[in-house]
Amino acid sequence: MIFCPLPLRGEGTIGHVADQSGFQPYFEAIGFGRWSFIDLLFRSRSLEIDTAESLDAVAAVVDKAVSQHGTRPQHLLAVLRQIQKDCHYLPKQALQSVARRFSLPLARVVGVAEFYGFLHTQPRGEYDIYFSDCVIDVFHDSEALMQRLCHRLRLQPGAVRGDRRVSIDTTSCTGLCDQGPALLVNGWPVPRLTPTLMDAMADHIERRVPVTQWPAEWFLIEDHLCRHDLLLNTPWRPGTGLKNALRQGVGWLLEQLTASGLRGRGGAGFPTARKWQFCRETPGDHYVVCNADEGEPGTFKDRELLKHYADQVFEGMTLAAFVTGARLGFLYLRGEYECLLRPLQAALRQRRCLGLLGRNLCGLMDFHFDIEIVVGAGAYICGEESALLNSIEGLRPHPRNRPPYPVTCGLWNQPTVVNNVESFAAASLIAVHGGEWFAKVGTEKSKGTKLLSISGDCARPGIYEVPFGITVAEVLGLCGSGETLGVQVGGPAGTFVAPSDYQRRIAYEDLGTGGSFMVFGSHRDIIDIATRFAQFFAHESCGFCTPCRVGTSLQLRLMEKIRRGWATAGDIQELESLKQLLEASHCGLGHTAHNPVQHTLAHYPGHYQARLRDLDFSPGFDLDNELETARQLTGRFGDHLRQV
Amino acid sequence: MPTISFDGQEITFEPGQTIIEAAMASDLYIPHLCWHPDFPPHGSCKLCSVKVNGRICSACTFPAAEGQEVVSSSEEVRQLRLRLTQMLFVEGNHFCPSCEKSGQCELQAMGYYLGMTDNHYPHFFPVRDIDASHPHVLLDRDRCIFCELCVRASRADGKNVFELAGRGIHTRLVVDSPSGKLGDSNLDVNDRAAHICPVGAIVVKETAFRIPIGQRKYDRRTIAEVSVAEEAPLLRKRYEQKED
Ligand SMILES: Cc1cc2nc3c(=O)[nH]c(=O)nc-3n(C[C@H](O)[C@H](O)[C@H](O)COP(=O)(O)O)c2cc1C
Ligand code: SF4
Ligand code: SF4
Repeated sequence: MIFCPLPLRGEGTIGHVADQSGFQPYFEAIGFGRWSFIDLLFRSRSLEIDTAESLDAVAAVVDKAVSQHGTRPQHLLAVLRQIQKDCHYLPKQALQSVARRFSLPLARVVGVAEFYGFLHTQPRGEYDIYFSDCVIDVFHDSEALMQRLCHRLRLQPGAVRGDRRVSIDTTSCTGLCDQGPALLVNGWPVPRLTPTLMDAMADHIERRVPVTQWPAEWFLIEDHLCRHDLLLNTPWRPGTGLKNALRQGVGWLLEQLTASGLRGRGGAGFPTARKWQFCRETPGDHYVVCNADEGEPGTFKDRELLKHYADQVFEGMTLAAFVTGARLGFLYLRGEYECLLRPLQAALRQRRCLGLLGRNLCGLMDFHFDIEIVVGAGAYICGEESALLNSIEGLRPHPRNRPPYPVTCGLWNQPTVVNNVESFAAASLIAVHGGEWFAKVGTEKSKGTKLLSISGDCARPGIYEVPFGITVAEVLGLCGSGETLGVQVGGPAGTFVAPSDYQRRIAYEDLGTGGSFMVFGSHRDIIDIATRFAQFFAHESCGFCTPCRVGTSLQLRLMEKIRRGWATAGDIQELESLKQLLEASHCGLGHTAHNPVQHTLAHYPGHYQARLRDLDFSPGFDLDNELETARQLTGRFGDHLRQV
Repeated sequence: MPTISFDGQEITFEPGQTIIEAAMASDLYIPHLCWHPDFPPHGSCKLCSVKVNGRICSACTFPAAEGQEVVSSSEEVRQLRLRLTQMLFVEGNHFCPSCEKSGQCELQAMGYYLGMTDNHYPHFFPVRDIDASHPHVLLDRDRCIFCELCVRASRADGKNVFELAGRGIHTRLVVDSPSGKLGDSNLDVNDRAAHICPVGAIVVKETAFRIPIGQRKYDRRTIAEVSVAEEAPLLRKRYEQKED
C-alpha cells in the first residue's frame, strides 16, 4: 500500500460518499479504497485488544479518566473523550468498564458514544485529523489541501493508515471561517492552512513529533474583532453587575432586563427577562446553562467572547442564578473549542477566589452557585437546547418533546434557564448600566447590538458588533465585499439573501440570525453552495424522527444529482415537495433543513434549470448512485469514461 | 368537560391528555407506529401528524387544549403520512412477500391504509446485521423503523436489552450484551420487548407462517379498525388504573 498513488476523485461526491449511500458500515469495513483490503488484513489482527497486558492498559486508562472526571451522568462525555484521547478509540473493554462504573447498560454507553463525531468505536490514528468541510473553508481550497496531506501521508480521506499513525477525515464547521481553511489535530485547531504547512505537517507526523511540540504559530488563533460597540467596548470589572443586582434586588434586575429589551442571541430570540422570570416562578431545583455549542456553520463570535469576555459570561450566568435560585450551572462548550477549556477553568477559579462563585457568594449566607464545564464531542444537534440538556445528562442527544420547555422542565426535569453566550454577556452589562442604556441602540423590536461572524469573499472577515437594524448592504460595506452572488445570513438554517434584497435588515423582525454571515462572491456556484448545506443537514440530522432522518438524505441525493447534471425537471419538483415533509420534523434542524434549497431555488431558478437534462420525464433509476459502491470498491470514479 | 374539534366533530378530553389519547378515547383513529397506549409517547415516526389550528403537530405528544381545531383526515395530511410511510420503506430493506410478519405488520398495514402503491423514493438498500443468536427470538435489523418500542418495553421489563446507537441515517439498534448479540443478552422470549415490535424486526422464532393467508391480523381489518378494537381498551384500562 505504501507505493500506491491515490486514485483521483474526479467525479467524486461532496464530503462523505458514504453519508448519502447508506453503505456506511460497508465502506467503513473496506476503508474506502481498493488498497484498503490489504490494510484491512493488517488491521484485523491488531483490532481487538486481547492480551492481558493491553487489557491492564485499558483498565488503567479508564481508572485515570474516571478519577479525573467522576462518575456522575454529566461526566460520561468527559470520560469517553479522555479514553478516546488516550487509546485513539473506545475499546470495547473500556466501554464495558465505563458502563460498570456509571452503572449503565453497556448498550446505552455504546449508543451515546456512537452518536458523536469525535468518538469512535474503531481505532483511529495516533494523529487524528479533521478538516472543516464548511463551505467557506472549502471555497478556500480545503479539499485540495486535504488531498495533499493525504497524498503526502499515503492514505485515503476518511481512512486510518495501516500502521495507525494517522487518520484524516472531515468534520462540520470548526468555527474558524475568519482564518480558514482549518483543521483539528487531536482536538487542537490549526487555522490558515497552506500547501507548505501541509507538507510540514506531514513531515512532523512521519517523524512522530508529538502535537505538543509542533510550532506554536501553527495553532495561533487570531482575533479579528473588527467593529466594537456596546458589548465589546464597555469596560468590565468582575462582580460589578452582580453587586449592583444584589444591592437593588431581583425585581430591579428583572425590570432592567425587561427595559433593555434583550432577546436571546442564539437564534430564537425569546425575551431573556421573561425566560428568567418563568424559571423563577416554577418551583424546583433550578439550573442555569450556557449554550456555547456554537455549531451554526460560519459562526465564531462565541469563540471570541469566551476567549476575551469569559468573566462577563460567567457573571451573566450568576445573575440568572440570583434570579432563579439555581445553585449549579453548566457551560456546554463545543468539542471544537476544547482549546478554550483551560483558560475558562482559570477564569472560574479566579471568580471563586474573588468570592463571586462557590459558597456564600459576595459574603451572603444563602447564595451558593458554581459552574461546571461540559465539553461536547462533535454534534451540531447539541446546540438545540433540549438535546444539549440530554447531552449533559449523559443521554443520547435527541431533542426532547415540547412542551414542556426547559424553563419549567429542563435539566433532570428541573426548571432550567438556557441562554446563549452572548445573551449572558449582555445581561452582565445591563446589570451595571441599566436597561435604558442598552435599549438606546437597535430597532423597535430588536434592542441593542448583535455580533456578526463575517466570513467568505470579503476583504476583512471577522467579528463585527453592529446595531440591530443595519442593512445587509451596510454590513457588506463594512467588511469590504466586491461583486456578490448573495449572502447567507444565519447559517445553512438561515436565509439566503440575493443582491436585490440587500436593503433587508439584521433584526428579529426581518433577518434573524445567530450571527453567521457568509459572503459569496459572484464567481461562486449556487448549486454547489446549496448542495454543501444539504450535506451538512444530512450529516448532522440526529436520526430521531422519520422526516428529517430520511428527508435530509433524500434532499442531499437530489441536490447531488442536480449538481452533477443528471437531474430532470421532475427532480426539482420532488425537491420542492420535501419542504412540507421536513416541516413535520421533530425539531428546528429538520424544520429549517429545506431553507437553503428553497431560498436558492427562489432566487436563482435559472441556475438550477441550466443543470437539468433536457428530458421531460424523470428516470427513477439513478445510475451514478447505483454505481457508487462499485466505484468505491475499484477506486475508479468515472475517470476512464473521459478517456474514451 | 373541555372539548376540541376533531375533523369537524366535537370531542371531549381530560386535562393532561394528548390529542391522540383524546381521539382514541372517542374511538377515533389517528395513524401511528411508534405510539402505544402502554408506553410513554415518543414522537419519532410522525405518522400521527395532524394540523392543530393550521400548524403541523404530533398528536401523540401534543397536549389537547380547549377549543383546538384538529384536522387529521384531509388529503394534505394523508399525503404527508403516505410519504412518511414510503420513507420508512425505502430506508430499510422490506421484502414483504418473503417476510414472516407479512399480514401482521403495522408498516405494511399502514401502507395499505394510506393507499400506497409504490415506494416513490429510491431505495437506500442499507447493509444491516441480522442476529439469529437467540434460541427463541430473531432480530432482523433490515426491517427496523427505530420506533424504540422495544427499547421502552425492555426498560419496563427492567432489563434494558435494546438501545439505539449511531446517528442520523446510520442509526442502528444495538443489544445490551458483552458481545452485542441477542443470544448473550438476558432477553427472555416471554418479555414484553420480544413481542412489541410493530414490524418484523424482532420476531419470535418457530411461529412464522402459521396463520394462513386470508386470516392474518390485517387481512380482513384495516389498521384503523384493529387499533380502535385493541388499543383503545388498553388506554381505557390505563385511565381506570390511574383513577384507582
Ligand atoms: C438545530 C439547532 C441548533 C442550535 N444551535 C445553537 C447554538 O449552537 N448556540 C445557541 O446558543 N443556540 C442554538 N440553538 C438555539 C437553542 O435551542 C436555544 O434557543 C438557545 O440556546 C437559547 O438561548 P438564547 O435565548 O439566549 O438565544 C440551536 C437550535 C437548533 C434547533
Ligand atoms: S428534526 Fe432531525 S435533528 Fe431534529 S429530532 Fe428529527 S431527526 Fe433529529
Ligand atoms: S426493533 Fe422493532 S420495536 Fe425495536 S426499534 Fe426497531 S422497529 Fe421498533
